[in-house]
Amino acid sequence: MISCAEAVRHLWEYLEHDLDSVDHAQVEEHLAVCRRCCGEAEFAGALREFMTSAAPPELPVEAEARLTGFLDALEKETP
Amino acid sequence: MLMSEDLRTGFTEVAREQLPWLYSLARRLVGTDAEDAVQECLIKAYRGFDNLRDEQAAPAWFRQILLNCIRERYRKQAGLPHEEPEDPLPDYSLFRKIAEVDPWPYSDSVHLDFLASFDEADVWEVLDRVDPRYRVPLVLVHMEGLSTAQVARMFSVAQGTVLSWLHRGRKLFEHELWDYATEHDLLKTSRGNLR
Repeated sequence: MISCAEAVRHLWEYLEHDLDSVDHAQVEEHLAVCRRCCGEAEFAGALREFMTSAAPPELPVEAEARLTGFLDALEKETP
Repeated sequence: MLMSEDLRTGFTEVAREQLPWLYSLARRLVGTDAEDAVQECLIKAYRGFDNLRDEQAAPAWFRQILLNCIRERYRKQAGLPHEEPEDPLPDYSLFRKIAEVDPWPYSDSVHLDFLASFDEADVWEVLDRVDPRYRVPLVLVHMEGLSTAQVARMFSVAQGTVLSWLHRGRKLFEHELWDYATEHDLLKTSRGNLR
């Protein structure tokens, strides 16, 4: 069986289904018997959700005005 | 071939529609340099606008140009990590750190409470603190939904290298989450302010 360190190292790829079938089975086998790594796996899942669900930063009004001005200036140039 | 006035005006209209999400992506990838990155992207897009045949494809086209600009930027600056960089945090586990410190001893969900103490602006500030060489792959895969194979092709490296960048990027992100929470007193206040 793989060690806790190895299981934890592969947790995200395991959650993303990015491991080959042998590695996936090894992580699964480890999680079946290791309570601490199960906690790590649950937390990794929550952290993944935390990262993916954060709303993207918005374009600030001042930056939009500057970029629009930049576009207008660009339009006057002949490429 | 010189670009006609109509085409130039068309470019401005199409590009203006892309600005909000283009900035948003750049902000996540390069932090406070986002505006510069978008300007670089606009210049390159303007010069190649007659290559865009279908306006429906504009978002994907602009995104690719922005990613190319950012890739070039990191190649010129610090370069991407070597194939086998030293792991900055080989044994770090935020899960264990939270369990050890146990900031809310009466909680049954201390790890989730920890995450709930951050608002969205905090998340981007934490992400800004991650070494950009690891932040870029992290954002592309976990926030933009690119596959590790796509990122590997983008940076001309093996897929295993991308997996290694992601592993290290996540560890750095976890480490910065903890540091940020302690620096901003989130551990003291979040129990009364759970989202």
